[in-house]
Amino acid sequence: MLIKLTGGTVYDPASGIDGKQQDIYVQDGKIIDKPIGDFLVDKEYDLKGKVVMSGAIDMHTHIGGGKGNIARTLLPEDHRQDPVASNDVCRSGCGHAMPSTFVTGYRYAEMGYTAGFEPALLPINARQAHMEMGDIPILDKGGYVMLGSDDYLLRMLTAKKDQKAINDYVAWTMHSAKAIGVKVVNPGGINAFKFNQRKLDLDEQNSHYGVTPREILRVLATAVKELGIAKPLHVHGCNLGVPGNMDTTLDTIQGIGGLPMHLTHIQFHSYGTEGDFKFSSGAARIAEAVNKNKNITIDVGQILFGQTVTASGDNMRQHANNKFASPNKWVTMDIECDAGCGVVPFKYKDKNFVNALQWAIGLETFLLVKDPWRIFLTTDHPNGAPFTSYPHLIRLLMDRTFRNDVLSTIHPEAQKMTTLASIEREYTLQEIAIMTRAGAAKLIGLQNRGGLSAGNWADITIYTDNVDRQKMFEKPDYVFKDGEVVVIDGKVVHTKWGTTHIVKPDYDKSIEKDLKVYFDKYLTMKIDNFRISDNEFTEDGRGSLTVHDLKAVA
Amino acid sequence: MNEIVEVPSPFCGIGTDDLIIKVDGLKVSVVENGCAVNTSAFEQPITDTKARINGKEVELNEAISHAASLLKNANYPVIGGCATDVNGMRGLLALADRTGAVVDNMNFNNARKNILALQDSGWMTTTLAEVKNRCDLLLIVGTDLEGFAPRFFEKYLWNEAMFLENTSDREIIYLGTKPSGNASTSPNGKTAQVFECENEGLPEIVAVLRALVKGQSIHAESVEGISIADLTAIADKLKAAKYGVVTWAAGALNYSHAELTVQTICEMVKDINQTTRCSGFPLGGKDGDQTANQVCGWTTGYAARVSFAKGYPEYDPFLFETNELLNNGEADALVWVNAFNAQAKPPKTNVPTIVVARSGMTFEKEPDVFIPVGTPAIDHAGHAFRLDNVVAIRLKKLRDSNLPSTAEVLNAIEQVLHEESVC
Repeated sequence: MLIKLTGGTVYDPASGIDGKQQDIYVQDGKIIDKPIGDFLVDKEYDLKGKVVMSGAIDMHTHIGGGKGNIARTLLPEDHRQDPVASNDVCRSGCGHAMPSTFVTGYRYAEMGYTAGFEPALLPINARQAHMEMGDIPILDKGGYVMLGSDDYLLRMLTAKKDQKAINDYVAWTMHSAKAIGVKVVNPGGINAFKFNQRKLDLDEQNSHYGVTPREILRVLATAVKELGIAKPLHVHGCNLGVPGNMDTTLDTIQGIGGLPMHLTHIQFHSYGTEGDFKFSSGAARIAEAVNKNKNITIDVGQILFGQTVTASGDNMRQHANNKFASPNKWVTMDIECDAGCGVVPFKYKDKNFVNALQWAIGLETFLLVKDPWRIFLTTDHPNGAPFTSYPHLIRLLMDRTFRNDVLSTIHPEAQKMTTLASIEREYTLQEIAIMTRAGAAKLIGLQNRGGLSAGNWADITIYTDNVDRQKMFEKPDYVFKDGEVVVIDGKVVHTKWGTTHIVKPDYDKSIEKDLKVYFDKYLTMKIDNFRISDNEFTEDGRGSLTVHDLKAVA
Repeated sequence: MNEIVEVPSPFCGIGTDDLIIKVDGLKVSVVENGCAVNTSAFEQPITDTKARINGKEVELNEAISHAASLLKNANYPVIGGCATDVNGMRGLLALADRTGAVVDNMNFNNARKNILALQDSGWMTTTLAEVKNRCDLLLIVGTDLEGFAPRFFEKYLWNEAMFLENTSDREIIYLGTKPSGNASTSPNGKTAQVFECENEGLPEIVAVLRALVKGQSIHAESVEGISIADLTAIADKLKAAKYGVVTWAAGALNYSHAELTVQTICEMVKDINQTTRCSGFPLGGKDGDQTANQVCGWTTGYAARVSFAKGYPEYDPFLFETNELLNNGEADALVWVNAFNAQAKPPKTNVPTIVVARSGMTFEKEPDVFIPVGTPAIDHAGHAFRLDNVVAIRLKKLRDSNLPSTAEVLNAIEQVLHEESVC
């Protein structure tokens, strides 16, 4: 079937096209060049006056894994506010803060998203995460495997194993857990919490292993680079949420010595200690450091006001923050000498000084970082806000008047502590397309996604231009996934199953010998039962794996 | 004849995966590392291979069509049992969504004691490998742990650990039910401390223990037969331990409002964590009950007692109980799903009944439709969740029985109903 999308205004940063009227041809799920000679178009869409972008990619969203399901079980009262009935096309479920898997797929697609990446794939919980994502329709998905608090790595560091051995272990874990990236959360801190340490600064030693977060970051960032993994090490830094953590973040940037590094939900790591409340914005200094250090990419983790739930691997910090739980109930978990998790429901209030300033810090960060290819639009769903608030966030970025109107309603002391009112920048459509499409695909290393030139998969979103950017982005006219129409006028009309994106870096198979001894002696599963096999994705006829190329290593 | 090693078990809840199993045709024998729970579960023989309608053997697709027609005529079907693997639960939930049914896991009344506590105030918990490598004090509340999982001590306590010099020195304390054997005696002969009482006394005892942990003074000298001095000693040990673990099986807390005991335990664990580390460790997860709650959790937002009657999932931990709905005449059809245990039979009822269950199930009253299915981990590959919630195990296929899986049967019924609704 040959589809022609005629006359839309195309924003395709991957090809350098910024708002140019052009036709797009789609055949067999992919975008093709205009066929040569005579050809018959099976279906034509008249898109004159419409905005055309590729399908959006959320590069950091908690959509699969144990902590999310704990969050679901914890909050029946939240689901009851947003029941979702089944219809001829869609399954039933629930929405709001931590939607059910099917509703996650539908609601992302209904905003023009066609892919989402789970940033915290615990090796031992990866199987669950992939099974949950296997029940998310329409979207492509993938995950970043979490290392850094696992006892095996810390033992390697204590034993002074060389970088090559660590690279092998990282690659082996990526194979076993089926990942496309590597993440570290509160480096070594989750492990230190198990030894009753309650905080861990960048140069503070784990009381048992004597290893510091700085060392963990360095070896993992090096491993990612040397293995040729496109996605830079995904870093949830030390001291999340602690006033003054801006200094830790700046030190983390300096300390990585030019290695590629992605600092995630940086808003939560950009706090100073100035002012009457000893809590201030560090966004300007963080943005300055990001602007200067081209090896650094970030996503923001914007908070937006309202009820949500925070679900994180960082049980050390989540435990410390449990007094803020709203409603007052929370869960933390130590997990399998591998990692941990913490789930704390949260209600961000615009009349609360700290929350109001967090909101402003996130927006300052968006507006002060100059290169849209190195910053990504996230709320760290569901931690800063549910992903369904993205259209509202896009309006805040693209519409200064609207932004300042909202600013004028937040806690007055917070208004005094932010430079937001004076920042004139408004994001352009092209910059939004970079952050949510081309930039995300490039960052993760997705081939043939996030662009609209021939050879790309036909993940395409079509909007009606509207000065109210929230309205525009919350209701696309059409969304195509792999060339099939899945959404019309903001409603799912057809569903299909996306693929799971992974990489398979090489490793020395002999490392399994030592790993097998470790598994047999200390863990609770045989190493062969631990490894996730390819057919676990494909055997039910729905899932598939897409293996991406590695970067050439110098 | 074929010997298969490193076989994972979905039956015992603790994810044992070192079984060695001999397969001879359809006969399965556990050769090594069996236990009272796993060996009998793996070795249940296949008797039926054919589906039946009203006791008469029929082809599978006939049974599927008849099941679909019974469900089509039902206004308020209930799908009970819910003991199967992840794909089985996926199929079950799709069928429930299609038919507006209630989904109710057969062990939910036990799981509810934990879930109510979780949903009211949360908890701090841990997993098996952390217990194995860190636990220096295990407090067992109201539960015969070796009766629950015969190999628990051998596999997870009397072993080598990363962070304990000598695991034989681990402290084991029983409060309530006493152990049924000596598994809790360490390899160097150290015996568990046992403070025996009726489990009905645990609400008071646990409340006092929590008060002592918090440093409150208690004027009584004993509570429900346990001396305050003994409880004070337990409280002191919990506070002195580096990584204490408090465990209980909700099913063993067999008195009304046991969720309040669970909540007191969990709040006590949080109190202890103000100064040292301590974790709760709820026992469960047998025959797919954790699997049911997990898959239902991500598909609906709620644990596995959910009604789809209104077109969207509604959760009520009390109203949607299978037996209640059958006994008070609300439910007008029953689907009973149990791929794990031929002894776990459907409740007696006069409403049309479809049983999708492990081969070998016998009935006092023949159901309208009986479809024998393969058992996950024996007849087909699949996935199940362990008791500690975040670990999913990969189940193997051991033999070729040609029995369909739960998922295949339930998806086929759902497909018939879907096609009829489209036509």
